[in-house]
Amino acid sequence: MLELIVISTLNGLLFGMLLFLLSSGLTVIFSMMGVLNFAHASFYMLGAFFGFQLTKWVGFWPALLLAPLLVGAIGMAVERYGLRNTHKHGHVAELLLTFGLAFAIEEIVAMMWGRSPVDYRVPALLDFPAFTIFSTNYPAYKIFMLAVSILIFIVLLTVLKRTRVGLIVQAALTHPHMVGHLGHNVGRIFMLVFGVGSALAGIAGVIAGPALVTQSDMAAALGPILFVVIVFGGLGSLPGAFIASLVIGLIQTFAVALNGSLASAFGPLDPSAGPSVLTDIWNVTIAQVAPIVPYLLLVIILIVRPMGLMGTRET
Amino acid sequence: MHKLAIAAAAALTMLGGAAFAQETIKFGYIDPLSGGGASIGEGGLKTFQYLADEINAKGGILGRKIEILPLDNKTNPQESLVQAQKAIDAGARFITQGNGSSVAAALSDFVTKNNTRNPGKEVLYFNYAAVDPSLTNEKCSFWHFRWDASSDIKMEALTSYMKDVAAIKKVYLINQDYSFGQSVRADARKMLGAKRPDIQIVGDELHPLLKITDFSPYIAKIKASGADSVVTGNWGQDIALLLKAAADAGLKVNWYTYYAGGAGGPTAIKQTGLDHQVFQITEGFANSGHQPAMDFEKAFRAKVNMSLWYPRAVNEMRMFKAAAEKANSLDPVKVAAALEDLKFEVLDGGEGVMRKDDHQFFQPIYISSFGKLAANEPFDEEGTGWGWHLVSKIDTSKTMVPTTCKMTRP
Repeated sequence: MLELIVISTLNGLLFGMLLFLLSSGLTVIFSMMGVLNFAHASFYMLGAFFGFQLTKWVGFWPALLLAPLLVGAIGMAVERYGLRNTHKHGHVAELLLTFGLAFAIEEIVAMMWGRSPVDYRVPALLDFPAFTIFSTNYPAYKIFMLAVSILIFIVLLTVLKRTRVGLIVQAALTHPHMVGHLGHNVGRIFMLVFGVGSALAGIAGVIAGPALVTQSDMAAALGPILFVVIVFGGLGSLPGAFIASLVIGLIQTFAVALNGSLASAFGPLDPSAGPSVLTDIWNVTIAQVAPIVPYLLLVIILIVRPMGLMGTRET
Repeated sequence: MHKLAIAAAAALTMLGGAAFAQETIKFGYIDPLSGGGASIGEGGLKTFQYLADEINAKGGILGRKIEILPLDNKTNPQESLVQAQKAIDAGARFITQGNGSSVAAALSDFVTKNNTRNPGKEVLYFNYAAVDPSLTNEKCSFWHFRWDASSDIKMEALTSYMKDVAAIKKVYLINQDYSFGQSVRADARKMLGAKRPDIQIVGDELHPLLKITDFSPYIAKIKASGADSVVTGNWGQDIALLLKAAADAGLKVNWYTYYAGGAGGPTAIKQTGLDHQVFQITEGFANSGHQPAMDFEKAFRAKVNMSLWYPRAVNEMRMFKAAAEKANSLDPVKVAAALEDLKFEVLDGGEGVMRKDDHQFFQPIYISSFGKLAANEPFDEEGTGWGWHLVSKIDTSKTMVPTTCKMTRP
């Protein structure tokens, strides 16, 4: 049992940190522009595919640096030439733009790399068990993923809280006009933040690609969970996104590990009643409902605390 | 010269008018070509295209060439019906599908309704891999033919083998959460319980179909259960990623699987280092030792660059040809009648028969294990240097399971 708890905690932390890499960018972009970027998970997918392609050409380590830069550049271009132009038509236009972009990116990726998974492998240098815990091996690559995520979290926090650039960005989030009057180029700040947010998603893609599956529907599979994370954590709140990412990562992993069902808690239903919808519900295990747990959380948090865990305004 | 002929034929198909197009037999291939099932769907498509080329090179069926129409159903029952209608609109009177029993049930129902509503324009549905027993029992249809052994036949054979392995004490079941996975789980419980009541079922897991990208939480759970053997009907990326996660975690158990040989599976098994501890149950495999099958495998690999996952697809297409020639017609109703009780020498040797009562094909079944190759076993998988090795063969007569099917005939 202890073994299961330790391993599940590690797996949950890992998944949570990966979610955080994605949600941090998304939530900052939201608080800046007031728009949910539907294409955010697509940048994650682009990161994975660029990582795969560049790994083939120049090796994994240069790819780890180049792919996020490339994704960041695309993100900046999207902000500069897409969102900035639609901004004057209101939020709905911006929302629709990112919505359309998500589909366009998915189709382009499918055209270029096909719809089946690509063979994106863990680099040979990291392809060994890092340590053995209760006779279970933990892969070095996963430790590497965890380390990269934590490193980026620390850097992000330091930049935002401790540097002048961070101060200006924070100010621009809440009082863009004032920052503009003080002589800063708010447009460029927005573009940079959008670029950095996209690049973070790109990094998540590059490092998650080999461990998970790199294929053209990976954005669609992860996108909805991201929205859950940022709504749960509170729109626009970085610490909220951090907590929500870890909570959802851990909940999903532990839900899989648990076997409980209504039947095991209260005993089986009277068999004479025969099989029915009720017996199906009665016998469903927590593991089986694991995939919908995050969405249940979303519904509950919206009812109980509409601004999210750490949010300041109503969603 | 040969290549020139094919190029000319291809050019003619593209340029040629309706007259030429009507000459080909349109054969709709409805399977996932995107999403989680894409890797095996594409493998299946290549297999059917190879088989069509093989038949076409020998003059086609009754002088007409087969044309495979690839249609992507995204492993989704609703999408499959749209694609089936597309195939019918394009002139296909024969469709084939294999991945997903939920899809198969929807298609069988669709074809049956279509045929009642459009007499004279019937469509036959050849199922090469969807193995939910209900398709040839309570949900059986005259228009549906299945070449793969159904799940209960496979489980019967697998448990007959497992019953004699004394080392099995604790078994973990992990399956996909839909009709097929649930039938594997129920069959395993029932049959193991009957044959080896001393075996303890220490886990019984159902997970979402083709949605999981990281199985490590499940592997941690299997590990914690203390199981010595895992029984799974998983296919596609669900078996490849399951084995990959097991390899990463260093889980040492025996695996009794239906589809470990699919795309990515062999690579992952090699990583686990489990030499001859992963078992698979199939109607044929590369190193079966039957010369015509091994010749076919060699030619197939040379051309398509993958191993033959579906010996049953070979049986399906060859029997389609045999039935059409026996009926001397390509009318689906006559082909269906000719297929009933048709006896056929299968690819891997031995006689199979398409049972009239339920349209289930019965054939010899093999249990093989994956590991280091012996001298007389030439074929490895996915460049691992390891391959499938014969463990047990079950003759056709021993695979006959009863059916409850009462089909309405035209």
